Amino acid sequence: MNHLKEIDLKQFGIIIDRFKDIKGPLIPILHEAENLYGYIPIEIQNLISQKLKISNAEINGVASFYTMFHTEPTGKYQIGICTGTTCHLNGSSKLLKHLEQSLDIKEGETTSDGQFTIIPVKCIGNCDVGPNITVDGRVHNNMNIKKLDKIIEDLSKR
Amino acid sequence: MNQKILDQMKNNFLKTNPIFTTPKNVHPLEQRIVLKNYQVIDPESIIEYIAKDGYQSISKALKMTQEDVVNEVIKSKLRGRGGVGFPTGLKWKFALEYESDEKYVICNADEGEPGTFMDRHILEGDPHNNIEGMMIAGYAIGATKGYIYVRAEYPLAAARLQKAIYDAKELGILGNNIFDTNFNFNIEIRLGAGAFICGEETALMESIEGKRGLSRNKPPFPAQIGLFEEPTIINNVETIASITSIITNGGEWYKKIGTEKSTGTKVFSLSGKTKNNGIFEIPMGISLREVIYNIGGGMKEGSTFKAAFTGGPSGGVLDETHLDVIIDFDSLVKYSSIMGSGGIIIADQNNCIIDTIKHFMEFNADESCGKCTPCREGTTILYNMLDDITKGKSSMEDLEKLKHLAHVVSSTSLCGLGQAAPDPIFSAIRHFYDEFVDHIKHKVCKAGVCDMPVTKGGE
Repeated sequence: MNHLKEIDLKQFGIIIDRFKDIKGPLIPILHEAENLYGYIPIEIQNLISQKLKISNAEINGVASFYTMFHTEPTGKYQIGICTGTTCHLNGSSKLLKHLEQSLDIKEGETTSDGQFTIIPVKCIGNCDVGPNITVDGRVHNNMNIKKLDKIIEDLSKR
Repeated sequence: MNQKILDQMKNNFLKTNPIFTTPKNVHPLEQRIVLKNYQVIDPESIIEYIAKDGYQSISKALKMTQEDVVNEVIKSKLRGRGGVGFPTGLKWKFALEYESDEKYVICNADEGEPGTFMDRHILEGDPHNNIEGMMIAGYAIGATKGYIYVRAEYPLAAARLQKAIYDAKELGILGNNIFDTNFNFNIEIRLGAGAFICGEETALMESIEGKRGLSRNKPPFPAQIGLFEEPTIINNVETIASITSIITNGGEWYKKIGTEKSTGTKVFSLSGKTKNNGIFEIPMGISLREVIYNIGGGMKEGSTFKAAFTGGPSGGVLDETHLDVIIDFDSLVKYSSIMGSGGIIIADQNNCIIDTIKHFMEFNADESCGKCTPCREGTTILYNMLDDITKGKSSMEDLEKLKHLAHVVSSTSLCGLGQAAPDPIFSAIRHFYDEFVDHIKHKVCKAGVCDMPVTKGGE
């Protein structure tokens, strides 16, 4: 997934305005920022704060509460190894360990070249065809180490 | 939109396209009510839904009084499918009784319990049935606004719901003066953001309001003070998906299906070491044995049944002596487990029970919202204690401490997450005590999962 590198406050201001008439607009707006930038930059948090008249602390509190929101930049590709119960029983922890070793990062971290982030995934409701992984939200079923290596290899070449 | 146009649309469609798809892999034991349109209609086609008598139930409900709609649901004895099993009609009755200008209906589609996936299939397969169910709920309690809180991990379900809402608005089914009555109703979708706690009803409402998903104290209950401090009913996807059939066929009809105290059908999701995994809808009252050996087609090759996990990380674990126990809201409680929302995970000889409940506790500790101390601190300490057992670092005395702390966490936590988090420990100790002894005294994990220290002939 290619995220925007430049932070355009004017453009994001228009996005915020789209939500200003709904009740409880904060989380939908944070989703927009996450989709655009791959994280919620502090400048954007400040802008939301000004526009919605919510304190920065509260916005940061909400952004840091939810696993899918990031306050630091994430990688170009977000890889998640499902650690739901059934995937766990089918050996997903070995997949996670393997991926952590091959990318040399821990779950939640981003590779130094900014290519990959391993995001925590806890059940994506595909338990009957697991173990599963997600690549930028897209689910890949019946995963094994060989297939996982191939996916990472293909993404690295892109 | 009115009754005449609705009937016309249905008849016109049936004249030209009389054949629907026959769903694959329906087991003879199944009775599909919630899944009536699943794999039968194109979920993205409102016309096909209408051709299958879609939006006839809301039309019928609007000709009834609000009280009558609520009474029909009470009569059906439908209990909430999210796991707790609270009578749905009663919830609606409370919300109807509270007077307020604004009331809300929430459909809880934050299916986060690992090992469950029925709600995803229900929403992806028949989104309009949920829209219609919510409309009926809205009319019954006097709400004009509904929210569907979908977990962001289910993008297809969210997209199909969004399309369903759009199409229903276009046809004038959602909006103002629905079916030429005074009833107005609109629905908005809200996406979760990866917090399991937001499946807990009060945390979910906090999340819609744009806050951290922290559970609220109860009482007051949502039916009195809920979303944006207004009376709110919050029902699970499967509960709402049962409503249209109840209104069409009547509460008496529904009540006759299933068992006396757990009426109707239940959609289960089966996964793990059984051959045929997936979702199936059967009348309440099936035994675990039938689930595994009949519907599930038995164990996979090379797998021997060891345990069934029901109710997810806040449920319990059953062994082979429980194969003939009936799965419904009340029967499993005697065996320190619950049906929960209907996820059934089958484990074999290569799975370690203690490793699995440690995994549950890691999940609970991670997902604790942190508001109350017993859950925030307790689940982490419980995890560490279980971790020690799986590493051969515990004594039998530690097992007693584990049990004691589990009781403290369960009896002092604020919401369901912390109260139920220790439950897997209780049932594991009760049903797989020998496995604890193996790990603790003999430093052996017979399933070969845990990294035990190498010892000479045990302790």
